[in-house]
Amino acid sequence: MAQYKLIHWNLNGKDVETMVDVRASLTDVLRNDYRMTSVKKGCEVGECGACNVIIDGECFNSCIYMAVWADGKHVRTLESLLGPNGELSDIQQAFVDEAAIQCGFCTPGFIMTAVEILESGKLYSDEELRKLLSGHLCRCTGYQNILQAVKKTMYRRLGKELPAE
Amino acid sequence: MVVGKSVTRVDAYDKATGRAKYTDDLCDKSALVARIKHSEIAHGFVKSVDTAAAEAIPGVVKVFTCFDVPDVPFPTAGHPWSTDPHHQDVADRLLLNRHVRYYGDDVCVVVAENEVAAAQAERAIRVEYEELPFVLDVQEAMKPDAPQIQENFPGNILGHTSVRKGDYEKAIQEPGLIKVEGWYDTPTVQHCHIENHICYAQMEAGRIIVTSSTQIPHIVRRVIGQALNIPWGKVRIVKPYIGGGFGNKQDALYEPLCAWLTYMLGGRLVKIDCSREETFVSNRVRHAIRSHIISWVRPDGTFAARKLECFSNQGAYASHGHGVNAKGMNAFPQLYPCDNVECDSYTVYTNRPAAGAMRGYGIPQAMFAGEAHIDDVCKAIGADPIDFRRSHVMPQGYVDGFSKNENYYDTFNQVMDKGLMLSDFRRKQKEYANQTGPVRRGVGMALFWYNTAVWPISLESSSCRMVLNQDGSIQMQTGETEIGQGCDTAFAQMAAEALGIPVEDVHPVSTQDTDVTPFGTGAYASRQTYIGGFAIKQTATLLKERILRYAKELTRQDVSLLDLRDGKIVRTSDGRELMTLGELATEALYSLEHSEHLTAESTYQIKNNAYSFGCSFAEVEVDIPLCKVKLLNLVNVHDCGTLINPQLAEAQVHGGMSMAIGYGLSEELKFDAKTGKPLNNNLLDYKLSTFMDHPDLTVDFVENAEPTSPYGTKALGEPPACSGAPAIRNAILNATGVAVDRAPVTPHILFDRFTEAGLL
Repeated sequence: MAQYKLIHWNLNGKDVETMVDVRASLTDVLRNDYRMTSVKKGCEVGECGACNVIIDGECFNSCIYMAVWADGKHVRTLESLLGPNGELSDIQQAFVDEAAIQCGFCTPGFIMTAVEILESGKLYSDEELRKLLSGHLCRCTGYQNILQAVKKTMYRRLGKELPAE
Repeated sequence: MVVGKSVTRVDAYDKATGRAKYTDDLCDKSALVARIKHSEIAHGFVKSVDTAAAEAIPGVVKVFTCFDVPDVPFPTAGHPWSTDPHHQDVADRLLLNRHVRYYGDDVCVVVAENEVAAAQAERAIRVEYEELPFVLDVQEAMKPDAPQIQENFPGNILGHTSVRKGDYEKAIQEPGLIKVEGWYDTPTVQHCHIENHICYAQMEAGRIIVTSSTQIPHIVRRVIGQALNIPWGKVRIVKPYIGGGFGNKQDALYEPLCAWLTYMLGGRLVKIDCSREETFVSNRVRHAIRSHIISWVRPDGTFAARKLECFSNQGAYASHGHGVNAKGMNAFPQLYPCDNVECDSYTVYTNRPAAGAMRGYGIPQAMFAGEAHIDDVCKAIGADPIDFRRSHVMPQGYVDGFSKNENYYDTFNQVMDKGLMLSDFRRKQKEYANQTGPVRRGVGMALFWYNTAVWPISLESSSCRMVLNQDGSIQMQTGETEIGQGCDTAFAQMAAEALGIPVEDVHPVSTQDTDVTPFGTGAYASRQTYIGGFAIKQTATLLKERILRYAKELTRQDVSLLDLRDGKIVRTSDGRELMTLGELATEALYSLEHSEHLTAESTYQIKNNAYSFGCSFAEVEVDIPLCKVKLLNLVNVHDCGTLINPQLAEAQVHGGMSMAIGYGLSEELKFDAKTGKPLNNNLLDYKLSTFMDHPDLTVDFVENAEPTSPYGTKALGEPPACSGAPAIRNAILNATGVAVDRAPVTPHILFDRFTEAGLL
């Protein structure tokens, strides 16, 4: 039988309390209780990365993260990136500008990993970026324009000039 | 001119913010959850089903078994319906099947109040089978003593078609011919769109409404009508944004079952949400095709005669059936014309998952075999692969008698010229000519040929509706579906151009709803930009005529002197802007003299088709002791006519190249020979290529305007997936001298081939 537990956590900057089924994944709670439709289900076993969110500054596949573990944690989804008047963040705008979005299903997960990469404040090589982003599967883009979007935003944030191809 | 510009996708903002709504995002959380019990044997009959334990689980609403479903076989292929019974798709499956024909067939379905109860109940069902022998290999299935899979197809042959030209037997008697023969195998692969197939159904006012992740809403409506034996007007399909399709969702998947469940449960809301494991096995896969090619070559390189036999593994149900293999076969005599040709293609039932449409529709298989073979011919006669292709490939001016397609330009040479330059092919070819070490590099290439759309095999038509708003903007609806490829944006550009309004003023209605969307058959055959263009242009012309007629009433100027440019009514004789379209539209709606809602709608039937062409150039590094291939570079060059949106076109090509990389090097759905059980139906064990497996992808275009299209465009959706894998295979041949006879070229295959070749 279902057992429930009250968790106290912070979702996208706001303190919340949620009664969660102890068997529920964080994906389920984000989608069903909070209607965070950016959190996508592609495999539900941690293979595809579509459900990726940032928990206390680190990326996790929320489908294999039990909702009860979020107790006391700060969870960020793609919805947190938007400005008060609907402005896109720089990384979202880069995905738009670079045509890094096609069907759009893997996009939110990718963008949140990009946020983790960008917030590290480090400059990565293409090879390092490919490795850091490899937890996400995409069948539409061949990853090419996603790499460009992340790379260009990384250089812009670091105030450096993008090296010529 | 907005056609030809890299306009930002109309759905980019919504997708970048997570607001774009996909099927699961729209489904009310009160939905009952349906879960399917799949067969755990590869072939047999269900003798009995014990559902008592499942029904006793709290939360279970109902369990339906294969003994409960209507005995109405139905077809599932996403083809336009044919009113000619001889051209209709094969109807060979029921909603649930007593005769189970593959490991993963649909036997029972549980409906429960929540996912946990549904999952527990599915596991609690006990099925008793009478097991039968099964067969997984296509040629084994053609043997006289093979297990019989479909009652109406003795011998398991679903389809066999042929091409005969000249006299093959006589031609091969010519003295001095060199015979080059090869067998080429391509694997069973899956589409792996990141959103699994999902649908939900409910009833309203006595009709069934299904919301589905599909490429083909109007076709799915018809199939549900057929499967449930109810009038087609009793069914309504809604198609929201979908997370990729690539042909898998060009089939009626679980929509008919979901529709039947709501019908059986008093119209309650029921959802079927496939797991990734189910998507791999119980949706559709790409046909594994085995090709046998013999070329009889004169010492000067000309072909005296050629022969092709191709055997396509259909799996357990017909789905798209023989059309896939037939399309691949028909590319063979066209790509390298020869006076004496014999081709035979067989599509054969086996006890594997049903194969359907997948990006390329037989052409990736045909190009792997055909283009690998061309390099084998070059090796046999000592010819250069580029020079050989230049001399023997389909020439400018070639016309196919059946489709009436014409090669209007010297496209093949043009795309090869660009590919050679971008890949630095000639320099690398020289540099890699005499390698001896354990790690060797090589370059290879392959061409492809692709038909746009399905005429004259099948219907090609498109419909469009435009509705003018008070501010001079329009809503535009078509039956053609956005599945990630960007057609909504391309269509908006076309409409803006044809009508004479800013592209921002075109609001494409992305969702198809068969109650309100004009008829169109959907996303397949790389048809939509080509086919949709006709209906959009025609409808825009109609709307513009109505707008200008109304403008005459307001401006007193003759219609022949009026035009709509950039959203303004312009007098063409002096270029004066008389009023904005917004002013006109507002007056037209609210006028006390003559109120009119300015709209237009039309259907355009297309009786043309168009060749789309291109090539891939690959560079690899092969570690011979490790049997490992690293792809260093991949270049694709396409002629898809005039580009509507260059940035989106390039992005589309990236995706196809990615699929070709997996096809060439890593992807294969494997089956246990002893049980027929799929072995790697998950994204961990099925090696979909990741970010790490890709080099930088290089894309270029040759823009030869397609004369039959109002926008000069032709196929681009599927073509990028067609030539990458054989280019990689040919690069491995160039690096090592080893001609691999199958895809994917994995270390397991290379170990055997390198051992045979004495490299290990």
